[in-house]
Amino acid sequence: MSTGSISIKGLSHSYGATAVLKDIHLDVSPGEFVAIVGPSGSGKSTLLSLLSGYLKPTSGVLERTGTTRTVHQADGLYPWLTVEGNLALGLPKLDAASKRRAVSDMVGRIGLTGFEKAFPHALSGGMRQRVEIGRALCGGTDVLMLDEPFSALDYLTRLKMRGELCRLLEDQPRTVILVTHDIEEATQLADRVLVLSERPASIVYELKIDVPRPRDVTAPGVVDATKAVLKAMGYEP
Amino acid sequence: MDTKHIRNSINSWLYPSLTFGTLLLIWWLASARGYLSEQFFPTPAAFVTGFREEFASGSLLRDTLASLSRVAAGYALSVAAGVPLGMILGTVLGARLALLPLLNFLRSLSPLAWIPFAIFWIGIGHGAVIFLIVIAALPTIALSTMAAVAGIPKVYFRVAQDYDLKGIHRLTRVIFPAILPQLVTTLRVAMGLCWLVMVAGEMLAGNTGLGYLIHDANNGLRLDLIVVGMVMIGLLGMLCDRLLMFLTRLPGIRWGYDR
Ligand SMILES: Nc1ncnc2c1ncn2[C@@H]1O[C@H](COP(=O)(O)OP(=O)(O)OP(=O)(O)O)[C@@H](O)[C@H]1O
Ligand SMILES: [Mg+2]
Repeated sequence: MSTGSISIKGLSHSYGATAVLKDIHLDVSPGEFVAIVGPSGSGKSTLLSLLSGYLKPTSGVLERTGTTRTVHQADGLYPWLTVEGNLALGLPKLDAASKRRAVSDMVGRIGLTGFEKAFPHALSGGMRQRVEIGRALCGGTDVLMLDEPFSALDYLTRLKMRGELCRLLEDQPRTVILVTHDIEEATQLADRVLVLSERPASIVYELKIDVPRPRDVTAPGVVDATKAVLKAMGYEP
Repeated sequence: MDTKHIRNSINSWLYPSLTFGTLLLIWWLASARGYLSEQFFPTPAAFVTGFREEFASGSLLRDTLASLSRVAAGYALSVAAGVPLGMILGTVLGARLALLPLLNFLRSLSPLAWIPFAIFWIGIGHGAVIFLIVIAALPTIALSTMAAVAGIPKVYFRVAQDYDLKGIHRLTRVIFPAILPQLVTTLRVAMGLCWLVMVAGEMLAGNTGLGYLIHDANNGLRLDLIVVGMVMIGLLGMLCDRLLMFLTRLPGIRWGYDR
């Protein structure tokens, strides 16, 4: 399976006079899971917009292979489409019969059997989030970008969703960039965690995490990594 | 749950019936007791007689059909042109810059100001009334469609980009469904406007129709027939709005009201 790679050199971005990102260097190899944490307003969502090609950087070089899809911070499901309809958006090239099969397969994998014909407003926050992730994974994008995908959910649901994301990715491995406020989430899921500084943000800390999967939040390697990241962000108990 | 549902649907008939019933009662009492002189307002009995007369002669049906067909034609033309125009205005900056002032000018200009030209160009009758309806409804529909497009959350366009919805698909599969709930509201407002303009247009530039019926009755001092025209216009306008309201129950539209 071809998955995308990303290479960024000396990338900076400003909105008008507001400098948001400053001199970012980052290489992501195919299949890698990278998590980005940082203070609110530091430019994490902006970085994803740049990576997906929605914004053009003010300066610097950004190279990328493969297609990208983003699971957005705000509700990105189309409210006029059912669960099935939203999932089918991910499969534009299939004929009707294979599309139906692929959609019902994905409905099963995100645990929404019986809700195929439901509209997003009739789903819970966690269900909607699963549909969004399912839609992004339908039809195989190379790079999956997640912008605080679980931040609106309660703690237990968040833990469950992490497990489900891992399971989905095991079936369909791909490059993942996860933006999150939740440091535990980053260290439990990612191969590598990057910490951004305050605005204008650059990468101030980087940690590789070599704990084998599946990982539990309470696994020693994950706990150590969480402590290290917290320390890098200036939090000392 | 079920009994609540039944009670609601009974109430939705009962309450309006009470309102109208009370008004009828007041009208009847005021006329019978002589508080309301026949010189100022017809009695219920005169109204019924007038209604029967108009109905029996067939002229009520003829006027109603004339009015309905004008509203239908003017409305259809306005929607068919106004909605696409509004979508273009909402998505193409150049079109917006070029046409927005003109549309705002037209909207601020009362359609009735066009009556002299409508008669001068088209002549009294069908065409002139339809022209007046279109000149009133089209700018309103186009402008509020445009506003609806401007209000679409940015994230829908980013999703469209991720999922390769470009060009015509962006228009038909993202922009159009995204504005549908607001479009239904626009369509209801525009329908009300069409009725208003139809009446005024027929009074001044028509020779048939319910508006003309009122105009004609006024000339003949037939207060009863004026009220017959008024009642028909009000009832039919309500009916049209009701029909459009059914649209809000469609699954592709209801999401806009259920959130
Ligand atoms: N479209 C825009 N125009 C102008 N400024 C913007 C725009 N989008 C973001 N900004 C500014 O850029 C900065 C970074 O925003 P961004 O959304 O990338 O932060 P973030 O790290 O994702 O924050 P959060 O964690 O709260 O989601 C903010 O200070 C914001 O004010
Ligand atoms: Mg953000």
